[in-house]
Amino acid sequence: MNPVNYLYLAALLFTIGATGVLIRRNAIVVFMCVELMLNACNLAFVAFSRMHGNLDGQIIAFFTMVVAAAEVVVGLAIIVSLFRSRHSASVDDASLMKL
Amino acid sequence: MENLIALLIAAPLLGAAVLLCGGRRLDAVGHWIGTALAGASFVFGAVLFVDLLGKDAEHRTLTQHLFSWIPVEGFQADIAFHLDQLSMTFVLLITGVGSLIHLYSIGYMEHDERRRRFFGYLNLFLAAMLLLVLADNYLLLYVGWEGVGLASYLLIGFWQHKPSAATAAKKAFLVNRVGDMGLSIAIMLMFTTFGTFAFTPVLGTHEAEGLVGGTSEATLTGIALMLLLAACGKSAQVPLQSWLGDAMEGPTPVSALIHAATMVTAGVYLIVRSGAIFNAAPDAQLVVTIVGAVTLLFGAIVGCAKDDIKKALAGSTMSQIGYMVLAAGLGPIGYVFAIMHLVTHGFFKAGLFLGAGSVMHGMNDEVDMRKYGGLRKYMPVTFVTFGLGYLAIIGFPGLSGFFSKDKIIEAAFAKGGTEGWILGGCALLGAAITAYYMTRVMLMTFFGEKRWQPDENGHEPHPHESPKSMTIPMIVLAFGSVFAGGVFGVGDRFLHWLEPITGHDHGHPPISATTVTAATVAVMVIGVTAAYLQYGRRPVPVVAPRGSLLTRAARRDLLQDDFNHVVLVRGGEHLTRSLVYVDHTLVDGVVNGTAASVGGLSGRMRRLQNGFARSYAVSMFGGAAVLVAATLLMRAV
Amino acid sequence: MTSQLAAHSTSLAAYSTSTGEAFQFWVLGTVAVIGALCTVFMKKAVHSALCLAGTMIILAVFYLANGAYFLGVVQIVVYTGAIMMLFLFVVMLVGVTAADSLKETIKGQRWLALLCGLGFGILLVAGIGNASLTEFNGLAQANANGNVEGLAALIFTKYVFAFEITGALLITAAVGAMVLTHRERTERAKTQREMAEERVRAGTHVPPLPAPGVYARHNAVDIAGLLPDGTPSELTVSKTLRERGQIRDVSQEALNDLKALEQRAEERLERTAIEPSTFKRAEEASK
Repeated sequence: MNPVNYLYLAALLFTIGATGVLIRRNAIVVFMCVELMLNACNLAFVAFSRMHGNLDGQIIAFFTMVVAAAEVVVGLAIIVSLFRSRHSASVDDASLMKL
Repeated sequence: MENLIALLIAAPLLGAAVLLCGGRRLDAVGHWIGTALAGASFVFGAVLFVDLLGKDAEHRTLTQHLFSWIPVEGFQADIAFHLDQLSMTFVLLITGVGSLIHLYSIGYMEHDERRRRFFGYLNLFLAAMLLLVLADNYLLLYVGWEGVGLASYLLIGFWQHKPSAATAAKKAFLVNRVGDMGLSIAIMLMFTTFGTFAFTPVLGTHEAEGLVGGTSEATLTGIALMLLLAACGKSAQVPLQSWLGDAMEGPTPVSALIHAATMVTAGVYLIVRSGAIFNAAPDAQLVVTIVGAVTLLFGAIVGCAKDDIKKALAGSTMSQIGYMVLAAGLGPIGYVFAIMHLVTHGFFKAGLFLGAGSVMHGMNDEVDMRKYGGLRKYMPVTFVTFGLGYLAIIGFPGLSGFFSKDKIIEAAFAKGGTEGWILGGCALLGAAITAYYMTRVMLMTFFGEKRWQPDENGHEPHPHESPKSMTIPMIVLAFGSVFAGGVFGVGDRFLHWLEPITGHDHGHPPISATTVTAATVAVMVIGVTAAYLQYGRRPVPVVAPRGSLLTRAARRDLLQDDFNHVVLVRGGEHLTRSLVYVDHTLVDGVVNGTAASVGGLSGRMRRLQNGFARSYAVSMFGGAAVLVAATLLMRAV
Repeated sequence: MTSQLAAHSTSLAAYSTSTGEAFQFWVLGTVAVIGALCTVFMKKAVHSALCLAGTMIILAVFYLANGAYFLGVVQIVVYTGAIMMLFLFVVMLVGVTAADSLKETIKGQRWLALLCGLGFGILLVAGIGNASLTEFNGLAQANANGNVEGLAALIFTKYVFAFEITGALLITAAVGAMVLTHRERTERAKTQREMAEERVRAGTHVPPLPAPGVYARHNAVDIAGLLPDGTPSELTVSKTLRERGQIRDVSQEALNDLKALEQRAEERLERTAIEPSTFKRAEEASK
């Protein structure tokens, strides 16, 4: 098997995640889809790391994980406080910018 | 001694400040303060004059540097004064005649409740005029130039409750603006050309040549023409002459001081002071002489037709200043005579105006000469002083006008060639017309039968002699009118006095001076005779006859206002109307069209903004897809 | 491990993995894609989270297969263990809301999203297909001293600044989360006595609120107690559940049970159906 297949898998997961972000209304699920996209990127990095024979790709994936952890902490905090004030976790409810 | 120069200006300036800011508590003494300070200024001037006389003719120059006004790198303007023979002449004329007219105004304005203010304005005028002639650079001269313009505006419109006076003041101000623009352009040109606008470096002295020497003739001609424009505005020369006749709406002392003796001669001063520039620009000089010749005939013709005594004298003033400008345009041949005529004219024309004011004072402010007649019996002093002024202006041999005007006509001929003949001919013709219209004024006012009638309220005028405060200045000025010319002319005293500043040249007289003098006297006699035949031997109709086409045109100031109205006002209106049209259709069309299309477009684009974050995310994601596609395409290509 | 097998043939320019890894890839890859799809399309957030966790575990296996041992372990410990559990925790906290409905509310959004996603995916795949990925070195050399040591050597030398900044980022995130969720208490909390006094003064609900499940034949917290006329009383259920709309109505359950009991009894006694009129009379009589 050609290891490039890992890249195809990463692309597929990324696309699924992106579509999920666009389709789902529950902010938590949207967030999960974002995590899915990040993970797809990580997979690509790891695969590239293997192809090029150095560890820099893994380092980047590592940093992505750290950043994702920080992001999740803040994002979930936002969702919780949003739910507290609006009693809803729907991203469509915050549509006050329209006419 | 130099410090007196500043005091010369400070005295009337102090008077103006005190009188204008002092309020009503000064009403009782205001006129005395104003007159005293004008007199003080005259005394300072006299002291300085004596001091100058005591010096060597070549070193009669005093300078005083007060302070740096605009000390910028590369742009230095100082408050500094420059007193030489030319300035001295003006200082004495301004303060002398000014003091006399202050004195006269005390009587003339006695019943005006705003007399204090009037004296404040007069003092302001004196200060500005002195600043104008004493400035040692063009920028400071410009300050004085604008100052006299302001004072003139305030004084013409002094009786602002009369709409005609208010309009006349505005007209004078506006027309003067055109000239002032010329002066400001001239100063800017000087600055860019020479890098400075102080007199001494630009014009040079009789010892060293100024910066003018090394400059191209085209630039100098430009500067000179702009200076001429300024002079035209201030001195009421064609084509900016239209304001002077209306300026007679002001009180008569104002007409005498500002619009006859001093301010209107500022243009002549400017040309003579800038002689070095004009000498180096012969084309500009030619234009100056043409302007002078045209104006002297123009003013004289207008003067012939006016029935309003002050307007007739205004036409005369215009004509006489035309003589001066003509002389100034002749270059070194005429500078001295321009100034000499300016001084003698200052005496006799101020005297004539004061006489006219005295007549009006006795005639319930009636100005129409057709309603005078036979006044010599009622106001003898006015008659005699006015008569002496009359003789002086027509150039009666021996009186001051004879000397100065004769010299100008001689100088015009001495210009040489065809130009000399034409200019000399114009000047002679002007002399004839001067004699005609002045005789007409004289005869209509003081001779013949009395023609006045009760006015609409039933008050019949009771002509009477004016009070002492008015007659004394008239008598003094009459002395000046009689003797000034002799004092100046005999032995060429004035020529020697002024020559170090202006230089002198005898020119190329094609005919002898005696012939010119004889011709001048001859045309004067012809003019007087013609007027006598028309107005002396026949009774003067109270209602003006219809008159010939020329007479009617001259009554309307030779259609100058009509010309201005048709060309400038209508033209301006058409221009603005078409600009408004362009603005409405083109500019507004583009602007409104843009606004409408943007508005319509955004009204449709607005639908895209539904406020849902997910919709925006879709567009972002679509954009990312397009970017990826573009990257791939670029790689493929 | 499969990667170690792969390490033997690093010298080959045109590289391909072992059959075992290929098998593992195809099986687990399919599962991962299904998990991802379930994450997107599952109706309940809890199910989505669980599917995502599964996908992540598979990804961890792929990391291990690609020689990233450290990352594989971190993926399981940090991602699946910590982050996904945090997700689940928040899902429980926030609860199930109307947002969970998969019905689209924005016109055309779903089709646009699918179109964009499809287009983007095709472009990505095309990009990868076009890329000249001929180089394939394997990690044998890089992992010679051990994967963790290799990563450590890079992190603490080449990427030390990024590492330090990441630390700062984590601290900031922690503080930020606390700030966001923290609510300052602006007034003193009411004591029990004050609350009781307030209640008496207001005159409503002087006794304590009724407990859930009373007369409802159930005592679960989400079941409203029944009033004497048989209607459920929402007061008996906690406010949080009321807000979420998670109240189970059991007011009809008793009657249904009774009906079912009667029917069974009739079947047992082989009685004919009771006439409605007599049934009614019997009921009235019983009352």
